[in-house]
Amino acid sequence: MNAKTFQPIAPRPAPVRTDGPVAWARRNLFSDWKTSLATLVIGGLLLWYLPQLLNWALFTAMWKPDAEACRADAVGACWGVVTEKYRLIIFGRYPFEEQWRPLVATLLMVGLLVASCVRYFWKPWLAALWVAVLALSFALMYGNVAGLSLVETDRWGGLPLTILLASLSIVMAFPIALVVALGRRSHLPAIRSFCTIYVELVRGVPLISVLFMASFMFPLFMPHGLTIDVLIRVLVGITLFAAAYMAEVIRGGLQAIPKGQVEAAATLGLSYWQTQFKIVLPQALAMVVPGIMNNFISIFKDTSLVTIVSLYELTGSLGLALNSDADWRPYKIEGYLFIALIYFTFCFAMSRYSLWVEKQVNKSKLR
Amino acid sequence: MTPTTPPRKKHWSWRSQAFRGLVYQALALGLIGLMVWFLVHNTTENMRIRGIQSGFDFLSQPAGFDIGESVIAFDSSESYFKALLTGLGNTLRVAILGILLTTVLGTLLGVGRFSRNALVRGMCSAYVEFFRNVPVLLQLLMWYLAMTEYLPDTLEPIQIGSFFLSKGGLSFPAPVWAPGFAWAIWGLVAGVALAWLYRHWAHGRFEATGQVRSLFWVPLGIVLVMGALGWLAGGAPSEFNVPFKGEFAVEGGSSLTPEFISLLIGLTVYTAAFVAEVVRAGIQSVARGQSEAAAALGLSKGQEMRLVMLPQALRVIIPPMTNQFLNLTKNSSLAVAIGYPDVVSISNTAINQTGRAVECISIVMLIYLTTSLSTSALMGWYNKRAAIQER
Amino acid sequence: MAFPSFKLAAVALAAVGTLASAPAFAGKTLDAIKARGQVVCGVNTGLAGFSAADSSGKWTGLDVDICRAIAAATLGDAEKVKYVPLNAQQRFTALQSGEVDVLSRNTTFTLNRDGALGLHMTAVTYYDGQGFMVPVKSKIKSAKQLKGQTVCVQSGTTTEKNMTDFSKANALGLKPVVFEKVEAATGAYFAGRCVAYTTDASGLASVRNKEAKVPADHVILPELISKEPLGPMVRRGDDEWFAIVKWVIHGLVESEEYGLTQSNVLAEKAKSTDPVVQRITGATEDTGKNLGLDRDWMVRALQATGNYGEIFERNVGPKSPLALPRAMNNQWNKGGLMYAYPVR
Repeated sequence: MNAKTFQPIAPRPAPVRTDGPVAWARRNLFSDWKTSLATLVIGGLLLWYLPQLLNWALFTAMWKPDAEACRADAVGACWGVVTEKYRLIIFGRYPFEEQWRPLVATLLMVGLLVASCVRYFWKPWLAALWVAVLALSFALMYGNVAGLSLVETDRWGGLPLTILLASLSIVMAFPIALVVALGRRSHLPAIRSFCTIYVELVRGVPLISVLFMASFMFPLFMPHGLTIDVLIRVLVGITLFAAAYMAEVIRGGLQAIPKGQVEAAATLGLSYWQTQFKIVLPQALAMVVPGIMNNFISIFKDTSLVTIVSLYELTGSLGLALNSDADWRPYKIEGYLFIALIYFTFCFAMSRYSLWVEKQVNKSKLR
Repeated sequence: MTPTTPPRKKHWSWRSQAFRGLVYQALALGLIGLMVWFLVHNTTENMRIRGIQSGFDFLSQPAGFDIGESVIAFDSSESYFKALLTGLGNTLRVAILGILLTTVLGTLLGVGRFSRNALVRGMCSAYVEFFRNVPVLLQLLMWYLAMTEYLPDTLEPIQIGSFFLSKGGLSFPAPVWAPGFAWAIWGLVAGVALAWLYRHWAHGRFEATGQVRSLFWVPLGIVLVMGALGWLAGGAPSEFNVPFKGEFAVEGGSSLTPEFISLLIGLTVYTAAFVAEVVRAGIQSVARGQSEAAAALGLSKGQEMRLVMLPQALRVIIPPMTNQFLNLTKNSSLAVAIGYPDVVSISNTAINQTGRAVECISIVMLIYLTTSLSTSALMGWYNKRAAIQER
Repeated sequence: MAFPSFKLAAVALAAVGTLASAPAFAGKTLDAIKARGQVVCGVNTGLAGFSAADSSGKWTGLDVDICRAIAAATLGDAEKVKYVPLNAQQRFTALQSGEVDVLSRNTTFTLNRDGALGLHMTAVTYYDGQGFMVPVKSKIKSAKQLKGQTVCVQSGTTTEKNMTDFSKANALGLKPVVFEKVEAATGAYFAGRCVAYTTDASGLASVRNKEAKVPADHVILPELISKEPLGPMVRRGDDEWFAIVKWVIHGLVESEEYGLTQSNVLAEKAKSTDPVVQRITGATEDTGKNLGLDRDWMVRALQATGNYGEIFERNVGPKSPLALPRAMNNQWNKGGLMYAYPVR
């Protein structure tokens, strides 16, 4: 055999890493010249303005509740307005000494909402728990039982009022929405037209008109001599409003159920209501849970509108706290940012939860 | 053996579905009728007892109040009807401008979520998350506060050329109306017609020969040229009403009040976050195979978005987008909190001066209802056309 | 499967039941007040000097004192009042619907409110006029210099219409910036959005004192462009209640005329020989009987709040933060317009 010397070829460069931060940056920030330019411009702007913002908001900010000191040091944000007035902002005009009651009520309701999101609690007794907690919160805030002093509903305000209005109206709107959605798909023309009229009527007007109608006109609708508490009136207005939107969401889910399901149920001999409750609704509702969560978020945000009919929930109680106090009025923007943060926390948490639910429901459809 | 069909008989018995349906409907109608009668009876009773007058005759009486800014000229001696009409004009002004700006901003944000640049993606996400989760009333109040607190005083405005920005608003030079501008507008209209004809012709050529002609820049050029020709034909009027610094504030020119600006910006920024989500959902709804096929054909990212994804996504985008437009129109009613004289604000003033709460609130609800219903009807028709036909 | 919706509906109905008050007897407001044990008084959401609550929820002001006097006269205890804060839009519907018994909320008496809204005006507690407030640095000395300027105003009050009339009469072309809430209007003015702010002169003084960083930086222009007689209102249909409210106010004004004060009313009742004083304090005649009250109605009112002059001094007078002069609100025999009808 001929002995040939082994000539190795030149070594090739190692393969480029496709993971790790550098590779990620190359793919996402500097993939071509247009992207690189955008990265440089945006990155530059962020690097310029973000530290200034953080400086103003955190590092040179005043935290002490001292208006004089804030005025003297006019560089940073004056969070003193929050430390000084947070009780008035969060609890509104509720009597000062009794503010532990709305605090406990709020914690109970928030706890209930969080518990309803966890799979462990999805048992039949959750409904009874909802009723119990809502009744307990109501009793705590209203008083007049078990030695608690009576606090009229027009003294309620701030965050507890926001959460109470949102939760109560969603809970009460759900059965109405269910009935209306089913009615809109009914074969009976009278019921279908009535439900359609209701939904289109309510969805066509702004919430502010509904609230004005509730606070101005409901007293006229009642028989002479019967007065209804302003909180109940506003609650009824918001509930009817929420029910119309939720009915549309549920109807979307109902539309997505193939007709074959209803036909199969008919062959099994199920009646209309049995079909709806056992076959159609479980599937439809599972599909529209994200939409319903969206509704909840909108209603939560829309409770801020009751300020215009003088129920001092979170947005209104800020105005109440700051408007009559000339010392703190220049720092209104810090107050606004504070309640924006509160709203953002709640709504962001709810929207993240809704995304998680959507993922759970669509596990079979993801590629 | 011939098959026999059972005879169709309508039984007046509870076991017949048709009969049960009739009974339920009769019950429902009766209940609703009873409720409506109850409410109407109570209302008329209460109004009689309290001596409250009712009727729509107040609409022809002189209003007696001025309106700070309006699209159509309004004087305090004109009727309440004209006042409400002026309010409606204000609402439509904010709504239409808001819808245009929102569509542009929202689409850019929605498409930006799919950008290759992580920073752009991140910023679009952050924008959407932040502005969606804060109530719109709070955002409007914050924008209005920013405009009234942080802009300079009316006596020392920021001046850029002939544009003045201060707490009193944005003043800019406006052309003085002359007949020549009517000619310019007719020129523009003619230009639009010509541009449409050109596009039709260019499409036809593409179908026949495969030659591509510019479908955007040339028509745009045609419109602008025709407008310019019309302006020249009308005598080339160029008189401008230029603002100047007056004794207490900027006077002259045309101005946008801080209320209008903050309402427009607030509503646009808020609704654009929702429109971005709608556009994103629409683009995501297009099957992934489409974008892979576009890549296989060698289309750039921009071409893929423009020619493949967006047209298909439109079917999914348009219904919720219309919802957002309606939401923007309805949210403009919050102008009452920041001092912009929209139709709700004017109706409130009318209620306080005439006491006709029921009538005024009904009128406002009717106005919003008409707008929303006509849009919904249009949408329903489009939805039916575009929906997947089921058996 | 449980139907939670029904249980919730039951709870909601129970809640409605507790919150809907007992039906008032048609037209008999006094009976309803006695049954309830409280006078429900509609007041301003927060106007220093007239009706404002501090952070612990205690209400003070001229309108509040009138309510307290009415409660003392009818129920015997000035603290038996429930204050319902109402903004300019809600105030009339709240009174019409029965939500409040009396509207003591610096409301102007006008023909429209009497005729179209069906509300009775009882008696004037404050004669006022509408004025303008401008910053000192604008160097405006008279309202006639406000040609074409922006003026912040609250919606739903007589203010808007008066301003338009004044603007038209003097060809000023004022541009109103109309806000729903008074806080938004004053906030916009103090932020510098408008050149002027307009409301009743007493309101201007109150706002300047409470909300301006440096009150001396703002000046109230001398022109009063309208007449604004302010006083409590009641709804039509109950002449008895109307008479009670009216005569409590006249009683307070007449007490000042005849020298009865919070501190000396009991002593005067025992020892005075002036027949007018004796009638007011119920020493000789029982004037309260004709109103449906008892004989000590005026004594209790005076003990609770003092006479009209004391109420004025305490809340809006020259020594109070508002520092308003008596001027038109002085007694008739001292050059003012307060002319009490005789309590006899």
